[in-house]
Amino acid sequence: MTQAATNASDLMVEMNNVNKWFGDFHVLRDIYLEVKRGERIVVCGPSGSGKSTLIRCINHLEEHQKGDIVVGGVPLTQDVKRIEQIRRSVGMVFQHFNLFPHLSVLENCCIAPMWVQKKPRKEAEELAMQYLERVRIAEQATKYPGQLSGGQQQRVAIARSLCMHPDVMLFDEPTSALDPEMIKEVLDVMVELAEEGMTMICVTHEMGFAKTVADRVIFMDQGQIIEENAPEPFFNNPQSERTQLFLSQILGH
Amino acid sequence: MIHNKDMIPEQPAPKGTIGPIGWLRGNLFNGPINSLFTLLGLYVLYLLLVPTIQWAFINADWIGDSREDCSRVGACWVFVNARFSQFIYGLYPSEEYWRANIVFAMFAGIIAWMVIPRLPFKRWVTVFALLGFPVVAYVLLHGGYFDLPRVSTHRWGGLMLTLLLASVGMIGALPIGIVLALGRRSNMPIVKTFCVIFIEFWRGVPLITILFMASVMLPLFLPSEINIDRLIRALIGLTLFQSAYMAEVIRGGLQAIPKGQDEAAAALGMTYWKRMGLIIMPQALKMMIPGIVNTFISLFKDTTLVMIIGLFDLLGIVQAALSDSRWLGFSIEGYVFAAFVFWIFCFSMSRYSQYLERKLNTGHKQ
Repeated sequence: MTQAATNASDLMVEMNNVNKWFGDFHVLRDIYLEVKRGERIVVCGPSGSGKSTLIRCINHLEEHQKGDIVVGGVPLTQDVKRIEQIRRSVGMVFQHFNLFPHLSVLENCCIAPMWVQKKPRKEAEELAMQYLERVRIAEQATKYPGQLSGGQQQRVAIARSLCMHPDVMLFDEPTSALDPEMIKEVLDVMVELAEEGMTMICVTHEMGFAKTVADRVIFMDQGQIIEENAPEPFFNNPQSERTQLFLSQILGH
Repeated sequence: MIHNKDMIPEQPAPKGTIGPIGWLRGNLFNGPINSLFTLLGLYVLYLLLVPTIQWAFINADWIGDSREDCSRVGACWVFVNARFSQFIYGLYPSEEYWRANIVFAMFAGIIAWMVIPRLPFKRWVTVFALLGFPVVAYVLLHGGYFDLPRVSTHRWGGLMLTLLLASVGMIGALPIGIVLALGRRSNMPIVKTFCVIFIEFWRGVPLITILFMASVMLPLFLPSEINIDRLIRALIGLTLFQSAYMAEVIRGGLQAIPKGQDEAAAALGMTYWKRMGLIIMPQALKMMIPGIVNTFISLFKDTTLVMIIGLFDLLGIVQAALSDSRWLGFSIEGYVFAAFVFWIFCFSMSRYSQYLERKLNTGHKQ
């Protein structure tokens, strides 16, 4: 196998000159991004900068109009089968958890392994319990999402994604909807996940998390990637003016 | 500063604020205006109820077999009594009533089985109710198989026909309505346009027109050797008409489900149909129970319109009986009876839907 081929298979996400419009509004402009297996990327930027849209394009919750996205070697096209194949290997955690309120915590975690991966119920339940234990919420397995706190719900949502054994995890502002005292329990789980070598792309404003686990921090503004750097230089020595302004605003108090 | 060193012992509520007297005070006699309205209401109730009860029960005649047995002071239930089997079976031959009775019993059994929560095997009963029961009911009612004499559909009538029309309409309208609602929300322009046109067409036309068209116009367009039974044509018309209404009810429910639910399911790799069947529909249907039952109830009452194309449902057969020269002048009794039967069925549906709402709400508030 050539060096290039090895490198290619190590690339989990490739975004090549990706552009997206909402109607006339140009939300993503010339996005180039490469994420290798095991890399942890934090995406930050002011609201409306297109960072959520960026990661939502990776599993085609949003459709891009120009450029190429390749996920785990599979090019993202309009083909529904291929989109579903990519989604099976990409986990996603949402700002508002989006647990299924009519299903118990355990069923939330089992439903995709059972119906998408066709695992038998017993196997799916064992798997679910294993991940629920990892996010330290196994004792709530029979409850319904509405009976849990926000932090607990978000941990269940992480477990639900992990049950599909994803190659990449996308986090879309996972702590933004949480009360302050619950942010830590979710971040702890995310840090553990990062330490186990999960490939992660996180949109977040938790700069502490970025400093601890990120391999690279990406700063976006007005649909563009403005700056991309390792956390240490990114925070201590930001290059662009807009990055400096943004960092002073969120770290300043 | 400490307010109370010792726990304050529990004390009984003041007299006259709890119990039946408290309730009366709080709800019926709190203030002079409310008391006045309460008394006024009781008086109106008295004015209405006393003569009604006198007419319907105290002065009513129950036993007999001709109009001479009625005193004409109160209601003459003798008329309903004498015509009872017609009201139930229509013109079905009386020596074959047992066949209809079996179907009635199975129908009641299925409903009871579905409604009583303790009973097991709900899934299999549902499968039988949807697949087995219609076949059994058709074979029994229509005959022509297993040495059962044939009873053609124009002799079917009464409550039997009403229940048949209503259940076929409900069972048919729900899935068609779901498909139409999903189609109307679809991204595929052709599917969407088709569904919109279909729904708006059937919603925009009165049911009577549809029944007329089904019974009079359809045969003109079809080649003469194709002869679809009039009852079938009415059933198709009724089902399609109601499915358009059902589709709009379901669309309303679908719109109430947050977009994040579909996104979360999609992000897990679920196909469109799995997303709909496992995530969206179970939540939406739960919210739509009042709307769906409302549609069912109006469908149940709309079945009376088949009278217009010469099918004798419960109301139709009552009306036919009223024009019998031996029983002229008993229309009030006939209509009250029909209204009562309809009310029993509609009220039961309404109560059951309220029970379902409560039952499905527990456990997962959100």
